[in-house]
Amino acid sequence: MLSLIRTVWLVLLHMFHRRVTIQYPEHKAPLPPRWRGRIILSRDPDGGERCVACYLCAIACPVDCIALQATQDEHGRRYPEWFRINFSRCIFCGFCEEACPTYAIQLTPDFEMSEYHRENLVYEKEDLLISGQGKYHGYNFYRVAGLAIGGKDKGQGEEDRPPVDLRTLLP
Amino acid sequence: MHSVGISLLIVFVVLACILGVASGLIWLERRLLALWQDRYGPNRVGPFGLLQVLADIIKILMKEDWIPPFADKPVFVIAPAITVITTLLSFSVIVFAPGITVVDLGIGVLLFLAMSSLGVYSLVLAGWSSDNKYSLLGGLRAAAQMLSYELFVGLSLMGVVMLAGSFRIADIVEAQRGLWFCGPQFVGFVIFFIAGLAETHRLPLDLPEADNELVAGYHSEYSGMKFGLFFLGEYIGITLISAMIATFFFGGWLGPVLPGLLWFIIKTFFFICLFIALRAALPRPRYDQLMSVSWKWILPLALLNLLVTGAILVSRTT
Amino acid sequence: MPTIYVEGQPYEVSPGLNLLHACLSLGFNIPYFCWHPAMHSVGACRQCAVKLFKDENDTKGKIVMSCMTLARDGTRISIADPQAVWFRKVAIEWLMLNHPHDCPVCDEGGECHLQDMTEMCGHVYRRTRFKKRTYRNQYLGPFLTHEMNRCIQCYRCVRFYRGYAGGRDFHTLAWHNSVYFGRHQDGVLQSKFSGNLVEVCPTGVFDDKTLARHYVRKWDLQTAPSICVHCALGCNTIPGARYGTLRRIRNRYNGDVNSYWLCDRGRYGYEFVNSPQRIRRPLLRNGDGRPTLAAKETALTQIGGVLRESRHVIGIGSARASLESNFALRCLVGPENFYLGTCRAEVQLLSAAIDVLRNGPVPSASLHEAAWADAVFVLGEDVPNVAPVLELALRQSTLRKPSDTIQDLHIEPWNDAALREAIQTEKGPLFLATTYSTDLDASATQAYHAAPQDIARLGFAVANLLDANAPSVPGLLAPIAALARQIAGQLAEARRPLVVAGVHCGMGAVLQAAANVAYALQRKNENTRICLAAPWCNSLGLGMMGGKCVDSAIDALRARGSTTLVVLESDLYRHLDVAEANNLLNTANHVVVLDSLRHKTTDKADFVLPAGTFAESTGTFVNNEGRAQRFFAVLPPAGEVQESWRWIGELLAASGQRSSAPWQTFDEIVEDLVRAMPAFAPVARAAPSADFRMAGQRIPRQSHRYSGRTAIHAAVNVHEPQPPADPDSPLAFSMEGYLNQPPSSLIPRFWAPQWNSVQAVNKFQEEVAGVLRGGNPGKRLIEPQADGQVEYFTEIPEAFERREGYLLVVPGYHVFGSEELSILSSGVAELAPMPYIAVNPEDAGKLIVRENGLVDVALSTTSHYLPVRIAPAVPPGLAVVPMGLPGIQWNGQPVWKKLLRT
Repeated sequence: MLSLIRTVWLVLLHMFHRRVTIQYPEHKAPLPPRWRGRIILSRDPDGGERCVACYLCAIACPVDCIALQATQDEHGRRYPEWFRINFSRCIFCGFCEEACPTYAIQLTPDFEMSEYHRENLVYEKEDLLISGQGKYHGYNFYRVAGLAIGGKDKGQGEEDRPPVDLRTLLP
Repeated sequence: MHSVGISLLIVFVVLACILGVASGLIWLERRLLALWQDRYGPNRVGPFGLLQVLADIIKILMKEDWIPPFADKPVFVIAPAITVITTLLSFSVIVFAPGITVVDLGIGVLLFLAMSSLGVYSLVLAGWSSDNKYSLLGGLRAAAQMLSYELFVGLSLMGVVMLAGSFRIADIVEAQRGLWFCGPQFVGFVIFFIAGLAETHRLPLDLPEADNELVAGYHSEYSGMKFGLFFLGEYIGITLISAMIATFFFGGWLGPVLPGLLWFIIKTFFFICLFIALRAALPRPRYDQLMSVSWKWILPLALLNLLVTGAILVSRTT
Repeated sequence: MPTIYVEGQPYEVSPGLNLLHACLSLGFNIPYFCWHPAMHSVGACRQCAVKLFKDENDTKGKIVMSCMTLARDGTRISIADPQAVWFRKVAIEWLMLNHPHDCPVCDEGGECHLQDMTEMCGHVYRRTRFKKRTYRNQYLGPFLTHEMNRCIQCYRCVRFYRGYAGGRDFHTLAWHNSVYFGRHQDGVLQSKFSGNLVEVCPTGVFDDKTLARHYVRKWDLQTAPSICVHCALGCNTIPGARYGTLRRIRNRYNGDVNSYWLCDRGRYGYEFVNSPQRIRRPLLRNGDGRPTLAAKETALTQIGGVLRESRHVIGIGSARASLESNFALRCLVGPENFYLGTCRAEVQLLSAAIDVLRNGPVPSASLHEAAWADAVFVLGEDVPNVAPVLELALRQSTLRKPSDTIQDLHIEPWNDAALREAIQTEKGPLFLATTYSTDLDASATQAYHAAPQDIARLGFAVANLLDANAPSVPGLLAPIAALARQIAGQLAEARRPLVVAGVHCGMGAVLQAAANVAYALQRKNENTRICLAAPWCNSLGLGMMGGKCVDSAIDALRARGSTTLVVLESDLYRHLDVAEANNLLNTANHVVVLDSLRHKTTDKADFVLPAGTFAESTGTFVNNEGRAQRFFAVLPPAGEVQESWRWIGELLAASGQRSSAPWQTFDEIVEDLVRAMPAFAPVARAAPSADFRMAGQRIPRQSHRYSGRTAIHAAVNVHEPQPPADPDSPLAFSMEGYLNQPPSSLIPRFWAPQWNSVQAVNKFQEEVAGVLRGGNPGKRLIEPQADGQVEYFTEIPEAFERREGYLLVVPGYHVFGSEELSILSSGVAELAPMPYIAVNPEDAGKLIVRENGLVDVALSTTSHYLPVRIAPAVPPGLAVVPMGLPGIQWNGQPVWKKLLRT
């Protein structure tokens, strides 16, 4: 019984506490870099698209709001032909970022993307692709992959030995 | 004797005031809760966010008046009206200040008790007609809870009635001229207060709604103005119980210096704020706890209170 | 039945299996790479290690490779033994040492056996600090990508390509730690089964190049059970679609038909579905003769009016349309006006073939039975080019007799390397009698190339040797008689002889000779089977339905005025002479064509209605075995495309013959079909009807991992559309529904928990490599007469006589190019040869032409200028012209022609 009264008293004391609410449009809240906001597609340090269109973000998405189509250039480099995120469905869970094997898809500290029309929340690749590396610097998937692309031949990857010479008899 | 004209005037003024206060409570509660939770509450619409109430009313009126196809339609529509009607009717017997009352009934206390007993129909019928298991559970809880506590409202008031020697509310207030009944009838006051919380199914005793167990209990299926009526009924109920506490235990309009009506308003407002503070502070008990407390503790206590009061009265007169 | 003990629990298994096969059949998960259910064990990958115990008291045990150990009665093993688990984990770590960091850009990802097995073994982190070995890739043609870095040296590819499919241009190269699988140099893989490497390879070394052009992962494909439309074998397929286009074809296991394999035509011929030549809206020819697009209602009203006013309506059916569509047309025009969409000679051949199957005593062979035959005699058919997967079966059949002869060596039949070592290059009896050389010649005991007449005479002679009651052949030359004796001797010895013939060499006598051989064998051996190749995916269905040949339609048109011609899914110019086809189309007052693709016939039509391809419709095909098999729509028909039978149903309503379309759903037309033609009764049982539900739910066409549901259409409309309804099948165009295993005829994809790759099929079979749970899909329509009196065919043709100045032009076939639909796929078109005429060097000498010299030959009353190929395998007096290639207009019936040098 006393504890109840004490509780009420303590709650009443809060009248004299500072208010924690940030009056949003006038004052902006400081957002941490790992804030899960607007999704972007980043580029690798060499300026190429990081996305290799592996579809892992699409399958990881619990609301299925990511759709894309893979394609490849004449040298075999994979990239998305188109990439669409329906932000009117997105729940900003960040699973896509976790699933991404190339650091391409990243969530950013930006949430100010309200629209009066839902159609405007459908972002295409040109809306998503930025020209920087985003949060993760220095990673280029194709440098560690075994695939040869334009500008990187077989055996030139960071993890690769030079290609095997099939005709040598040396051990 | 008032003329008919003045009576009508009082009826309309009281009605308007109560409805105004009830809707104003929406704003007040949100602001107060925010204050005690280190927030601001509604502060955007109008000065101090006062027009938030207006915005809410407009919104709730514009909403689709949806009746689920599986509901029992007539009952579903009637249920929310009952709660508003019964609480409003209770106000008819309240004496705000000497002479300022709708009707000065000799059995004012009994009418109040009768009306609050009828109020339970609203919740039970709403829960039943929604044809939804959560609503039904809410309705059942409401029935058990309100019937149980109804008893203590009555029992706790009997002490007051015995002291005043009348069921007429004006007489009860007048009887407190020397000493407010919260002194001699302290146990009765505490029981009435708790039972009042339960009667209005306010937090922490909002078991019929219990959002985190029953979605929204008896009014899960309600929306639009019908849902608004439940809310209105709840806020009128708070005002009613606060007014009753002020009347029965804190001397109604009695007080020094200020006019009687103002004293009445101040006392009522204080208890309204206390209701809100309890909501901000206390967690909801379990349903079985609520019921066992009522029958195992409050009932014996109330009977004991009555017995002791009666004994003292009898010993004094003899 | 031997009992084996796994983790101490007894299980009964089939006799003679190895432990891996037995345990997988019991439902245990043992990782493996080099073992393949159809190619068996070599013990190369060391992945399937289990602990083997001597007896119940042995607690120590020893590690053995389960694929190399016989499941004897009383064998005690442990799969979960910690040492075995550790062994498998280490083994896969070795295999993964050089595996590149490619999964995101690898097409195998998500259906990769290596991924599955790595997960299953618990190898999660790479520990090695060393760099990875790399290889240079090769160009392997338009169908396959090659990414050798990913190879784990399981040797499955080379075992399939060389050992199973008989390819020669692919081998293991280099040595020790740099073993390489490829060709001696870049180039197109010659085997027409190379596409199976995609499924055989446990990882992404070989992948589907056509899929890579519009790549999506397996889980994103909308799939449904389907049937290949590119030949009459009726291989079961799983087409996959995404964003409204067909993306790839995968094999659908059917133990009686194609088992694990498809040919490249079936696998890569799908692109016609996405072709720009598709007809997607109704076309009407307006006043000035130009085709204009029309709304569905307009088209139906106009055609309905035309049909109502016509005094006669003639319908031409199609051997590449479903049974139901043909039946619908037959209902529209009436049985007396229903014509088969093939020329007279072909109709006669087809009905003769059906007559042999239906009234003869010999059952038709399923492909499974063909693969288990131990002596085969092929008459007149170029099997590798007209029925490719049958070639694969015949190649297996050549191993049966040698395997039997080495029984005293006690080599288990699944011990593949040892078995092949023991039999070396020995081959069982396979006799080919064809008009020109085929890919099987190298594997054949004897390959006899001769004119169709001579092939028939050889067949009759063999029949006569097997049974004296069969007619004898007068005037047989000595070498031919010797060959006949050899063939007859081998066939008589065989336990499961098989006779293969068909309609492709264009001569009924060959078919009759084959029937005689089979009848004669049947008297000695009731395990005799006959396999008759047919040209189209529903040739047998159409033949069984019966009707007149298209040639006679011309006479009918002439005889009656005011006629409307309704052509169902066929290009008449492929079946008739140009003049005849022109005649037919010009004589009719109105021509209505229902087809999915634009071709010469649709160009001449007054009305064209867009029909669905196999990918957009539900229907039934009858394959050359007489097996009715159901295929289901993979894509919901887009726009105004719909099944032909639906169009015809609506035409019945529009023309006033019926008050409304008689068939709203597929089940209704099947019911009508069975009622009208009881011979097709099993068709209704070929697959469950549309109201079939598993646990109250439909079977989803999309996997439970299907992605992008709320984004695919978002660019058009942010409100997700309702999934299209499917009134025709128990399948749903949705990811919601019954997730467990459906009945075998409704399997939309092979997937099981932990088994994302195609190897998941193990979990769908009663015993691994056996029949699918609940029986292989498809219902046989034709069973032989039990004890009917067999009448031998007695019309023996005269021996082939050369005609001075003339050559007998016979049809040749190419797996890539001869078929109408697959040629629209870019890869198939790339591999299709240019038109040519092949002649014997002797005839070339007489004509005085050199290789590639042009000659003029009038086929189908049209001059064809064709380059000459000089081929010694072409018998003198014959000329071979490939059928169906673009630029060749000929219905393929042998004809005497004069070749003019130009």
